[in-house]
Amino acid sequence: MEKQLTDQNFAEEVLKSEIPVLVDFFAIWCGPCQMMAPVVEEIAQEMEGKVKVGKMNVDENPVTAEKYGIMSIPTLILFKNGEAVKTLVGFRGKEEILREIAE
Amino acid sequence: MTNKLYDVLIVGSGPAGLTASIYASRYKLSNLVTGVLPGGTITYAHEVENFPGLPGVSGLELGQKMLEHAKSLGGEFLGEKVVEVAKAQSEEGEGFKVVTSGGKEFLAKTLIVATGTERRKLGVPGEEEFLGKGVSYCVTCDANFYKDKVVALVGGSNAACSGAVHLAKICQKVYLIYRRSSLRAEPVWVEEVKRNPKIEVIYETNLVKIEGDLKVRRVVLDKPYQGREELEVEGVFVEIGGVPSSELAEKLEIELDEEGYIKVNELMKTNIPGVFAAGDVTDKSKVLAQAIVACGQGAIAANSVFEYLKGSK
Repeated sequence: MEKQLTDQNFAEEVLKSEIPVLVDFFAIWCGPCQMMAPVVEEIAQEMEGKVKVGKMNVDENPVTAEKYGIMSIPTLILFKNGEAVKTLVGFRGKEEILREIAE
Repeated sequence: MTNKLYDVLIVGSGPAGLTASIYASRYKLSNLVTGVLPGGTITYAHEVENFPGLPGVSGLELGQKMLEHAKSLGGEFLGEKVVEVAKAQSEEGEGFKVVTSGGKEFLAKTLIVATGTERRKLGVPGEEEFLGKGVSYCVTCDANFYKDKVVALVGGSNAACSGAVHLAKICQKVYLIYRRSSLRAEPVWVEEVKRNPKIEVIYETNLVKIEGDLKVRRVVLDKPYQGREELEVEGVFVEIGGVPSSELAEKLEIELDEEGYIKVNELMKTNIPGVFAAGDVTDKSKVLAQAIVACGQGAIAANSVFEYLKGSK
């Protein structure tokens, strides 16, 4: 299951996470974001226990989106030990995302 | 091999591929559609104003409706990319073997290649560097990040003009930069662009460089506009059409035209027996690369598959 992230729980759930966290920055108005949702859901299931997957609605949580300079969605950011280590801008297929996470 | 043998495997899940699936299912042809973006590139369109029967439908909704329609008739869908394709023998004669990005293998008697196009890039310095930091290929997705800001949009097609109109609702100002002397969009869009006080069209000009620091700050033009070659903008939207996704076609040695589009005849046949093509990836779509045209081609391709399989029995 993906974790619903907010400006309030971001530090606790992402920055302090023991395992890497993949955050999906999205908004409901964005077509490709909606297409990305099932892909991210599958990744959450497949990587359970290894990578945490979180969803961040940029409309409702402008502080975090602003902090990480999100100006294009969907954007996926992989966090490790509190740091953003990889950013993927735009719609991607599952295999490509898994490959990028594995690197 | 125990893999199921499909009557037709449709590579690509946009309007062409999904319509082909709908028609194939009605012809009782078993079919599988593969594609990473369900609905295809139409899902990027903010509003589709010219699809008959569905005025003002969003591209996303149109794509989803087509996918649901295809599935409801028995078409199977797999959200993976086809990475390998080759001719193969099956119990029922000549066919094709397909391998997807997830490592799954499929056999099919025929193929419909409906892989569409990928977004054309400007190919200018700064474009890659500022992707996601001011450079965008999706107005619908990213317009809201530019509230009350000044942006540039490059292009002159329907997608470009509708994009500019959408941006003008949100942004302070939109520079529409186009290389030709008149916009090539439908007159309805051109009128709307010209009437909009927030849109300024810069004709016969190319964007040659994108500059900034952490974000885009300005663009450089190849000739002065109102005395200056630089425009202060915070966003650059690129809407200059697509390039055909014909990698797979090359693997099967399907004949392409000089621009890389798959050559088809009026029955959507390629030069390889059993391989058909439809939609934006075909040379026939160049006349009018629209969802409705892709749908028409998908329907014809499915019909041609039906005739081909009937003939080979």
